[in-house]
Amino acid sequence: MTVKVSLPFDKDYVTQFSQGLNEPDWMKTLRLNAFDKAESLEMPKPDKTNIKDWNFTEFKHHAEGEKIESIHDLPFELMNLLDHEKEQQNLIIQRNHTVAFSSFDKKLEEQGVIFTDIQSAIRNHGNLVEKYYMTDAVHVDEHRLTALHAALMNGGVFVYVPKNVNISEPLQTIFWQEDPEAALINHVLVVAEENSSVTYVENYTSNNKDVKSSANNVTEVIAKAGAKVSFGAVDNFEAGTTVYTNRRGLADRDATIEWALGQMNEGDTVSENITHLLGDNSHSNAKTVAIGRGTQKQNFTANITHFGKGSDGYILQHGVMRDKSSGIFNGIGKIEHGASKSNAEQESRVLMLSKDARGDANPILLIDEDDVTAGHAASVGRVDPMQLYYLMSRGISKFEAERLIIHGFLAPVVNQLPVEAVKQQMKQLIERKVY
Amino acid sequence: MAGSTLEIKDLHVEIEGQEILKGVNLTVNGGEFHAVMGPNGTGKSTLASAVMGHPKYEVTQGQVFLDGENVLEMEVDERAQAGLFLAMQYPSEISGVTNSDFLRSSINARREEGDEISLMKFIKEMDEAMDTLDMDKNMAQRYLNEGFSGGEKKRNEILQLMMIKPAIAILDEIDSGLDIDALKVVAKGINEMRNENFGCLTITHYQRLLNYITPDKVHVMMQGRVVKTGGPELAQRLEAEGYDWIKQELGIEDETIGQKA
Repeated sequence: MTVKVSLPFDKDYVTQFSQGLNEPDWMKTLRLNAFDKAESLEMPKPDKTNIKDWNFTEFKHHAEGEKIESIHDLPFELMNLLDHEKEQQNLIIQRNHTVAFSSFDKKLEEQGVIFTDIQSAIRNHGNLVEKYYMTDAVHVDEHRLTALHAALMNGGVFVYVPKNVNISEPLQTIFWQEDPEAALINHVLVVAEENSSVTYVENYTSNNKDVKSSANNVTEVIAKAGAKVSFGAVDNFEAGTTVYTNRRGLADRDATIEWALGQMNEGDTVSENITHLLGDNSHSNAKTVAIGRGTQKQNFTANITHFGKGSDGYILQHGVMRDKSSGIFNGIGKIEHGASKSNAEQESRVLMLSKDARGDANPILLIDEDDVTAGHAASVGRVDPMQLYYLMSRGISKFEAERLIIHGFLAPVVNQLPVEAVKQQMKQLIERKVY
Repeated sequence: MAGSTLEIKDLHVEIEGQEILKGVNLTVNGGEFHAVMGPNGTGKSTLASAVMGHPKYEVTQGQVFLDGENVLEMEVDERAQAGLFLAMQYPSEISGVTNSDFLRSSINARREEGDEISLMKFIKEMDEAMDTLDMDKNMAQRYLNEGFSGGEKKRNEILQLMMIKPAIAILDEIDSGLDIDALKVVAKGINEMRNENFGCLTITHYQRLLNYITPDKVHVMMQGRVVKTGGPELAQRLEAEGYDWIKQELGIEDETIGQKA
């Protein structure tokens, strides 16, 4: 028996929404099929976190965002995310559900690079998007939230890098949930063709401390043979927003996908980051850092699954938990049969700053092949008293010593964020959340 | 009077309920270099750690003064700010904190707010000190002690000593694990510190370090106490003859701290 759930929207709404955006038939059909599934599929069941009562259905589905004529008109918090000395920004600012500002290097456009909002991409590059949109990486019918995402997707960006094109400057997006009730249901699709390379960084931000909303975001990164994708993100939704985020990568032969995820949400969060190393000698480095405070509940899964021979996967998860927050970190290295000479490494560490906080580090290795190497390290504990002693023995106060140790603990992601301003903003976020 | 004075009086120290130091008396004045020698397990490193305030060591009796101030009432950072420094035998590794950020924080911790060392001056001083210690410049940007070899850690301790310029330094087995060339380099760094405002207490197993850092006074520790004090000639005799003659002279059978006095 399938359990029907009440969704806040009906099929007519989805049809009208799709038509209103002038979407092609394939997209409308995908949405409607997904809508049917959303009614019957189960919710995802993240390990050790019960999300039964979390809000993924009450929100405002569409809110316009006012245009921004110049980046000098941005609010202060958003200004801080930009490297202002740069003349050319490859930048998209999505305000609620519409693009408020965009700028893109003409030279990259001439080389065939696409960097545009997802709706424009569906209209103007339909064939390309259709080929990759929820086909190979994330599937519509994984659970209710992926289906709901597909049915109600209302924002996001599309990045396409043609064969042999190497983009040196990062592409940056800011997703700004300005309306406190608006739900970002963003789809970010990054396709890097053979031997291309791109660095992409995104920021999510909102201000809804008390007003309830939700976010349901899916990212798909497709790295073709020899391609390299560096993906950086700082998620910073306020406490009112309940977040589901699913970032998935597929790496072909000799391809590399690097993730640097700063998970700085204030609200309850489920985050999945899964990479499939499909091709021989493919590589992924998946780094996540997170901070929990208040009564926040968060669940993070980092999974690298090896299919290709000689594939190399490295997972790092570092979490800082304070107050009564809880953070579950699942690190999964999976080596499929046939993926010989592969290497799966992972490190999950949780630093507890209060006795009422809860932290779990669950490293899991699933290995179905003999000729491989693998390793994991996990720890949950307080700030090391010997480290404190060492720093204090140089005259550094206990407070400052702890501060240095915590910043150091979270540095693996901070240092890898490609835009200096985003790096600095992340440091400030850490500062604000920890002290 | 030039420099500072560190006075250790009748110091008794326990670790996990076992008494290790059983009444140490020692005074180091600015301008003086002292060496504490002795076989393994006689309490030398415990002395260094207890004076600095290592969390595992409990002082049960006795006093430590720096220029008359009660050191044992101070937190670890306050001891450092008062002018104490310990070059540790096993310095912690701290990931994500660069050596240079750490050093700058350490220097600024001893300065007033608004009087922080300028970046230019800091870099210049660090470059000079690293040259003296024959250190690779990229060590400044590496994470504090992370992945450092034994020798690199020792040099890094002396780099901190040279940059922080304490009034009294305790060097805990700074020579262990160093080859002779590295030992000479480290000694050069320490000798550059020599002046009437700087006092130093060097803890070592081996006399060979003292060939390069000539001590004014040599103390021998056994059974958790200083059992003999002399000049540099004492270290030379220990090198030539070992410790047995002292044990005989004092009627000590087992010099380690496990024994009842």
